[in-house]
Amino acid sequence: MAGKPYRVPKGLARERLIDRLRPLRFSFDGKSMSGFHGDTLASALLANGRRLMGRSFKYHRPRSAVGIGAEEMNALVGVGDGARHEPNLRATQVEIYDGLTAVSQNRWPNLDFDLGGLSNEFSRLFPAGFYYKTFMWPQSLWKGLYEPLIRRAAGLGRAARERDPDTYEHIHVHCDVLVAGGGIAGLAAANAAAASGKRVILADENASFGGSCDLSGETIEGLPPSDWVEERVRALKAAENVHVLNRTTVAGHFHHNHVLMVERVGDHDPGLLAKGAPRQRLWKVRAQTLIMATGAIERPISFANNDRPGIMLATAVRGYIDRYGVAPGEECVIFTNNDNAYLTAIALKSSGVKVRPIVDVRARAESAIIDQARGAGIEIVNGAVVSGVETSRGGASIDAVKISPYRSGKGRIVSETRVACDFLAVSGGFNPAVHLWCHNGGKIRFDDRLYSFVPDRHDAAIRAVGAANGKMDSATCVEEGYAAGQATAKASKTKKSKVHGKAAAGQQSEAPLEPIWFVPATGKYNEGNKHFVDFQNDVTAADLELAQREGYESVELTKRYTTLGMATDQGKTSNVNGLGILAEATGLSIPEIGYTTFRPPYTPITFGTVAGPNRGPLFLPVRQTAIFDWHVEHGADFEPVGLWRRPYCYPKGSEDRASAVRREILTVRNRVGLLDASTLGKIEIKGPDAGEFLDRIYTNMFSTLAIGRARYGLMLNELGFLIDDGVTVRLGEDHFLMHTTSGGADRIAAWLEEWLQTEWMTLKVFVTPVTEQWAQFAVAGPDARKVMQKLDGDMDFSAEAFPFMSMKQGTLASYPVRVYRISFSGELSFEVATPANFGRGLWDAIIEAGREFGLDVYGTEALHILRAEKGFIVIGDETDGTVTPHDVGLSWAVSKKKRDFLGKRSLSQPYLAAHGRKQLVGLYTEDPQEVLPDGAHAVERVEPKPPMRTIGHVTSSYFSPTLNRSIAMALIDNGLKRMGETLEFPLEKGIVKAKVVDPVFFDKEGARQNG
Amino acid sequence: MLSIKCPVCGVEGDETDFHYGHQAHVARPATTDPDNISDQHQGDYLFMRHNPKGLHFERWRCDRGCGKWFHAARDTMTMEFKAYYRIDEMPPDDVKKAATGAWAQVFARSQDGGDG
Amino acid sequence: MMTRYSIFSIARNAMNYHKDWDRAWRSPQPKPSYDAVIIGGGGHGLATAYYLAKEHKMNNIALLEKGWLGGGNTGRNTTVIRSNYLQDASIAIYELSRSLYEGLSREVNYNVMFSPRGLIMLCQTEHEFRALKRTSHANRLAGLDCRMITPEEVKQLVPLINTDAKARYPILGAYYQPRGGTARHDAVAWGYARAADGRGVDIIQNCEVTGIRREGSQVTGLETSKGFINTRKVGVVVAGHTSVIMQMAGVRMPIESVCLQALVSEPIKPVIDCVIMANTVHGYISQSDKGELVIGGGADPYNNYSQRGSFPALEHTITALVETFPFISRLKTLRLWGGIVDMTGDRSPIISKTDVVGLYVNCGWGTGGFKSIPGSGFVFADTIANGRPHKIAEPFALGRFAEGRLIDESVSAAVAH
Repeated sequence: MAGKPYRVPKGLARERLIDRLRPLRFSFDGKSMSGFHGDTLASALLANGRRLMGRSFKYHRPRSAVGIGAEEMNALVGVGDGARHEPNLRATQVEIYDGLTAVSQNRWPNLDFDLGGLSNEFSRLFPAGFYYKTFMWPQSLWKGLYEPLIRRAAGLGRAARERDPDTYEHIHVHCDVLVAGGGIAGLAAANAAAASGKRVILADENASFGGSCDLSGETIEGLPPSDWVEERVRALKAAENVHVLNRTTVAGHFHHNHVLMVERVGDHDPGLLAKGAPRQRLWKVRAQTLIMATGAIERPISFANNDRPGIMLATAVRGYIDRYGVAPGEECVIFTNNDNAYLTAIALKSSGVKVRPIVDVRARAESAIIDQARGAGIEIVNGAVVSGVETSRGGASIDAVKISPYRSGKGRIVSETRVACDFLAVSGGFNPAVHLWCHNGGKIRFDDRLYSFVPDRHDAAIRAVGAANGKMDSATCVEEGYAAGQATAKASKTKKSKVHGKAAAGQQSEAPLEPIWFVPATGKYNEGNKHFVDFQNDVTAADLELAQREGYESVELTKRYTTLGMATDQGKTSNVNGLGILAEATGLSIPEIGYTTFRPPYTPITFGTVAGPNRGPLFLPVRQTAIFDWHVEHGADFEPVGLWRRPYCYPKGSEDRASAVRREILTVRNRVGLLDASTLGKIEIKGPDAGEFLDRIYTNMFSTLAIGRARYGLMLNELGFLIDDGVTVRLGEDHFLMHTTSGGADRIAAWLEEWLQTEWMTLKVFVTPVTEQWAQFAVAGPDARKVMQKLDGDMDFSAEAFPFMSMKQGTLASYPVRVYRISFSGELSFEVATPANFGRGLWDAIIEAGREFGLDVYGTEALHILRAEKGFIVIGDETDGTVTPHDVGLSWAVSKKKRDFLGKRSLSQPYLAAHGRKQLVGLYTEDPQEVLPDGAHAVERVEPKPPMRTIGHVTSSYFSPTLNRSIAMALIDNGLKRMGETLEFPLEKGIVKAKVVDPVFFDKEGARQNG
Repeated sequence: MLSIKCPVCGVEGDETDFHYGHQAHVARPATTDPDNISDQHQGDYLFMRHNPKGLHFERWRCDRGCGKWFHAARDTMTMEFKAYYRIDEMPPDDVKKAATGAWAQVFARSQDGGDG
Repeated sequence: MMTRYSIFSIARNAMNYHKDWDRAWRSPQPKPSYDAVIIGGGGHGLATAYYLAKEHKMNNIALLEKGWLGGGNTGRNTTVIRSNYLQDASIAIYELSRSLYEGLSREVNYNVMFSPRGLIMLCQTEHEFRALKRTSHANRLAGLDCRMITPEEVKQLVPLINTDAKARYPILGAYYQPRGGTARHDAVAWGYARAADGRGVDIIQNCEVTGIRREGSQVTGLETSKGFINTRKVGVVVAGHTSVIMQMAGVRMPIESVCLQALVSEPIKPVIDCVIMANTVHGYISQSDKGELVIGGGADPYNNYSQRGSFPALEHTITALVETFPFISRLKTLRLWGGIVDMTGDRSPIISKTDVVGLYVNCGWGTGGFKSIPGSGFVFADTIANGRPHKIAEPFALGRFAEGRLIDESVSAAVAH
């Protein structure tokens, strides 16, 4: 809809925020428009005569900006192209720049002609909660038809499809005083706190400070508001103990004064982004004291069709004129229940905009400001209301308003007069912005002077000042600010703050406000007319009344049933009005009705800001062993293991995973293989009681272990279930080295510490995790000994001198090493550990030495198959937190002698000691080429179709290159008793049969590893 | 985000610098008499927990500080920490007195100072 | 007799501007005595009351709610409905629940918007892949409609997901339950409330229980903010406040109450059509009919009754989801909130008699409460009515903790849901 340009002639308004010397071009819905530096998208659109800015959520009614800041609920737009597109931004807060592109939302095919608008014609069929009452039959159509239609109609903007090209930052800071809001109260508070030497952060969501004091028509400490603000801000910026942040929203208040702030660093200037600035910055602040100076939000009044474009909040109208030189129209009617709107009348008049009568609900109201308006020749109609608007162009353009006499509490309007105008400024009073106060459990109370809620009690160190605290005149705001700032000083031992001059201002006593929430349309209740409360969600007074009548009485139920206050503005302008209307509908008082919970954030935060820099490689950074680069250079195919990435296998040439793994296994079985086992958990346990300690941690004995010997141990949690296993070596009388699973390293180290510190405090033991300190490799295979001997070293690797399950320390290829003769592959195997810095050198030396024996590297998958062929368990595969040592055939490792070890007592709880539990067995499929899938379940009896009773599942299953057949391990009910039985595994593709066998498939007597 | 102060090393940090250890003063029966523990007693030790709405006694570890475990008394409604005390200590008497319900019984039973 | 909801009743009421809709449920004062009283007006309590009245013809019963209906976790969850659990006992009750959801709208004549839009559990490590394969085999043999799908199939179902094989945790495959989905959480509470009221159940809001009276080991009544109520059967269904209520009867519970958080984004046009869970990175996401992305993650570790959590838990979830769904980076968090969930030692619920005769408890749903409402109510009602555990409820008895007969699901889902 093209309208007349509404920028008022130069000189008639102060135009405080725009610079006519710096014109800009931007586009809206593809149409190129002009604005000035300092304009918001909303002010620029209005200046271009573009009133229609969006469509409402439910009825797709045409909407324009109602407010001028964070309270805006109608003018939501998408800004930016392609990957930089961001939906649902408030046009009232978008600062325009040259080349900005914006689009309207939730309309099709276009904003001026929106087919969705049809829903408005049938709106009678869509009362609150209508969807709960229908679309039930037939059930199938809900998902197939109704819901897809609803989903398509719902939603506002569109998401970008590509990856966000911009960057985001996080900052963590502590401060003594965080002041939320840079209006006069906040500036005064920051000033007083700073003067006392406190570390202060002052944050305001807008580009410039001062809040709405520029619209107050008052002077502050003898200065015009803007000058006072400028002076204060300059002083604060100069102080080294103060951090002044604009474009920074204090978004949330959490336990112990943890506060989230979002700084919009680059949104207003693509140039900064091009220079590498982050788009937004998330501040995580721990504040000793939080001073809430968040101001107040003006509220509209509900009357018939009060959502029409051109009906705006009075302060907003004043702001557009005063700050941007923009008048939303040429002829204005003002509808108010308080004095503040009179300032708007005066501002309009002095800017050359015709002011039709001020319609004042109050039968009589006298104050200086009212006199001033009267003096300016502005007509005032008391005891009257605006009861409706006449529009053309599908509601997009206002022709006139209906004015009717109003008798408080006397119900319906009977007569009315018509006044032509093209826009309307409304003020229903002000709601303190108590959001932060409530985020973390602060209590608020109803103030029957403001007819709104003000801060009451709070457990945290937080204070509310100024309009946020219900103080609406400049002088009191400033006084409260100073007082709060000084109080933070008194709270501690810093020098007393000096206040510059006492707050003394041209304060004028206001005539009291008269509450009015809802002006019923003339004629019958609600018919045809809609009295909007929550504009964006199209919640009307009738919806609220209906919810009450249907029994959704609690304000929380009303909210959820009607969606009042659940739009993207979270009810900033609608919640209190809703309560007022509910009060009238129920005859209860507003305090009796109560209020709904305020939740963070104050205004929405982008997910990108929350993720911050923790994206791509910085998202859970990869832990790397000393050999990581070598793995990459040699084409390793990695798999994530905990925070590590380990080589799954090393495919050569055209090899696929399977054939690479097969080759690696045969290398180990027939020649010799090399594995980077550095991720294996390593914990040093030292002290006179180390042996005793391990005896309590492990199920088996370690105090009896000879120095230089190694033993496989099992760990249980107190529930009696396996949590970790590994080989522990005795390095000296008081010194052990524990190996844990790769995934368990950190968990087990913490586990040991916990028991030492909290249960066995008298034990003299130190626990030191050393996983990263050591690089560790397994040299495994028939030729392993030859490789070790080939390496230049000072150790005797002969079977006699270096038996299985023993260790030696010495040097190898000039590197200091610990060598353990342990085996997870079942082959003759030496695990060599060297300080991580030497890791790569030793690794290269081993490969060199192994060349002539055909040594090659192997990865985790080969490792798993090798161990499966030997029937070794893997914690997490054969166990799942419900498995005992007895279940997996490891009873031999559970001491009967020890009176106590972790988990011992639980092993004899009835269910754990019961017979016929799931037990670990081996499986041979009837067809040796058939590999059972991981996790396949065996059934008691095959039924024609499910359900079938399962008796256990496959824990590990592979094709064994060594045995050239499939092998599997499984946990089966009473498995040991089923040896030789054939089990049936019904899969999607059919039934697979497998024979129950010993889980040790290869080299049962262990000749190879012992050799 | 809770702010926690370690009574051992004195460091003050965010909850993410600490590790939560759940209910404090849970006696492990096997430590005192491993041979005579009823199934019920063992089950209670493993699973039964005080879960007060209000003053609670719990364990934390100073993960990124000194690494030590310690005790804390905290209000589960306001999150306010009423006291920090060492892992081998019982709560300060004034805080102990403020305990209600199951916790009051625990401290009544443990006048000797041993764990409840 | 209450109006039957339908497109016709709406059209009829539209004629006279919806002035004739009657109350969805009455607002009665408590009678001096009831055959049974349910404490807790959340989904589980309301469902229990409904099935007591419908299946067991108990019409002289009351439901007491301290605040407003569905004001606890019923109105604070992420509305996911699935039954792909690992242990037989869990599969049984969650699948009963899911199947009851299928017909719930018509059964209670209230559209709860159950939407079987499909549930995807991503496998992002080999270990997780194996664990979910195991789950899918167990589920298929239990009669569930489910299957493992490839990364390509995931991409077809969720075009905007990041399936880059070089991602930090690449998508190796996924578990898919086509009949899993979501429902409108408040509507579930309201639907059961209206249907229970229609069968004579007195639903009494703003009525706080202050004491449980017993004679010897038998429950005899409840002290409430609206006076004493005689009854010999009490069902406690109060989630996070279970320990507090049970303490009144001197019964200790194996429960800790912690804060579980969730958040919604601003509404946007459809981008995600099913429920996606990424357990390795502790996040899950779906899109509501209103267009909001509904996101949940892990719980804070410490005991908490404040219904307000800490930011790090959500920060981790959001960070992980930005990696998995890069397109959400410029979308915005609209609202975040917390609910108090009751965690048991094995993370499975308790549906049980107690040592106090006539006192029954249903709790411990932890992070899985919403999806289980119909099944939980159904078997709990049966247990109360007959004074013995329903077959499906048996494994969830309190006694399991002393026996070590745990129902551990940690292997199948390491994340809230």
